[in-house]
Amino acid sequence: MSSETSLSALAAQLAARQISSRELAQTYLDRIAALNPAINAFITVDPEKTLLEAAAADALIAAGLAGPLTGVPIAHKDIFCTDGWLTTCGSKMLHNFVAPYDAHVIQRFKAAGLPSLGKTNMDEFAMGSSNETSHFGAVKNPWNTAYVPGGSSGGAAACVAARMAPAATGTDTGGSIRQPAALCGITGLKPTYGLVSRYGMIAFASSLDQAGPMAPSAEDCALLLNVMTGFDPNDSTSLERDKEDYARDLDKPLTGLRVGLPKEFFAEGLNNEVAAAVDAAVAELKKLGATTVEISLANSKLAIPVYYVLAPAEASSNLSRFDGVRYGYRAPDYGSLDDMYCKTRAQGFGAEVKRRILIGAYVLSHGYYDAYYLQAQKIRRLIANDFSEAFKVCDVILGPTAPGTAFRLGEKSDDPVEMYLNDLYTIPANLAGLPGMSLPCGFDSQGLPIGLQLVGNYFSEAKMLNVAHQYQRATDWHARAPEGLK
Amino acid sequence: MSLTPDDVKRIARLARIETSDAEAQATQAQLNSIFDLIATMQAVDTAGIAPMAHAQEVYQRLRDDAVTETDRHAAFQAIAPAVENGLYLVPKVIE
Repeated sequence: MSSETSLSALAAQLAARQISSRELAQTYLDRIAALNPAINAFITVDPEKTLLEAAAADALIAAGLAGPLTGVPIAHKDIFCTDGWLTTCGSKMLHNFVAPYDAHVIQRFKAAGLPSLGKTNMDEFAMGSSNETSHFGAVKNPWNTAYVPGGSSGGAAACVAARMAPAATGTDTGGSIRQPAALCGITGLKPTYGLVSRYGMIAFASSLDQAGPMAPSAEDCALLLNVMTGFDPNDSTSLERDKEDYARDLDKPLTGLRVGLPKEFFAEGLNNEVAAAVDAAVAELKKLGATTVEISLANSKLAIPVYYVLAPAEASSNLSRFDGVRYGYRAPDYGSLDDMYCKTRAQGFGAEVKRRILIGAYVLSHGYYDAYYLQAQKIRRLIANDFSEAFKVCDVILGPTAPGTAFRLGEKSDDPVEMYLNDLYTIPANLAGLPGMSLPCGFDSQGLPIGLQLVGNYFSEAKMLNVAHQYQRATDWHARAPEGLK
Repeated sequence: MSLTPDDVKRIARLARIETSDAEAQATQAQLNSIFDLIATMQAVDTAGIAPMAHAQEVYQRLRDDAVTETDRHAAFQAIAPAVENGLYLVPKVIE
């Protein structure tokens, strides 16, 4: 089901000169001006810059040099360095950081002629599952502003859900694209690790971080992925692969598709309404020709403990660069150089970021490395091995994205462990480096969206998008937008 | 395993984050609940399992030994907290 604001529809209107990129960008800027005060999805909006980029896109279209999405404006998570734009990563530490260069992802969207609508709010340094750790205030869920949008790409998910942008970029280290996509009722995809360059994407946990698209539909995500992916010599983990068209299989029938249902993802801890919606989605896929097979990801229950060793360990190293010398915040009063570091970091980082740096520093410290870091890396392999076994008997793995729907602002913010459990089903794919996506599959009794997760084998994005697109042709969950915001 | 406030202060020192006694006290309880969660992986038998550092088995690429960067000194220092004569300013380290 394609709506008039799908990326392909907007691109067609632009190509037919029914609307200019400037007009389109202005429409979205107006909507951001009207809705953002209540949602807080954007940290930075700069209409002048947006309209300049849109005018450049119009010139490309006029010159016959347009690509498939030229002129379609999108929003970028504030984790991507953007030349001349404030790039805060949701932190006081970077509250004044105007990036002097473009992240690879930004370069690719600029080259493809997609104007930026602004920089979206996020959990500080992408550490959080509710968007409440942002220095710039919590994002509100457009479906009910008393609820969180999920995180860390909460601003991205909320701005797409509220139709303040046709699409947005996000990043996913432990579920930060998929969980907010689920909680806001949109579609989001975390690609296979290495497909999208991490250059200029402010690092959290480098062996897990991966950028991806967030939009209403799977078709939109496929088109964005076509722009985002590609080899980049500036990222040492970027993969050299032939360019793919991720939309190539969208229209294939699902006959014969083998869907793996991990029994561990349907066990204790899963909300009943979420379970029922996911079951209904499985039934829908069966109608479309799929068969199901029960699989086991026995070690996935260890994913959270493993993640909370590895991600903080990598973060404690990555975030050591914030010392108040070269960029960002510096404490106003200090004595020695060491005192300057300690005060700058104490004042510049929020509580959750500090907690994770401390965990990381501890697990990497003398005498604890083997017991924590090395043990976590070994279990990481066991988790990845479970997936390899599973993909011998199925083409795609299906389950819930999150154990529940959106929770109230403040409900879990005092209990880190309770918050961490939200990423129970999303973290395993990050540890294995596999692609995962979330798509809307219903609503709970309070009218909050429910997300369905697909995890595919390495480089099977086109297959996952095919499954998601076929499901979205048969259902309309993804096409629904919050009432009262239209 | 349980961290004491002194442990918290020692780690915070390693991480160069100034932490008061009161903050160490408050952080201690939260860190301990996180380490309780982490402790569940200690029981797993991982004998003979190779650690997985990375999702893809890839090797570091080498590039030609050629200059690829341009001089962006001015742009990079324009965003620094304190600069003078092209140098980053920090408190005196050597007397």
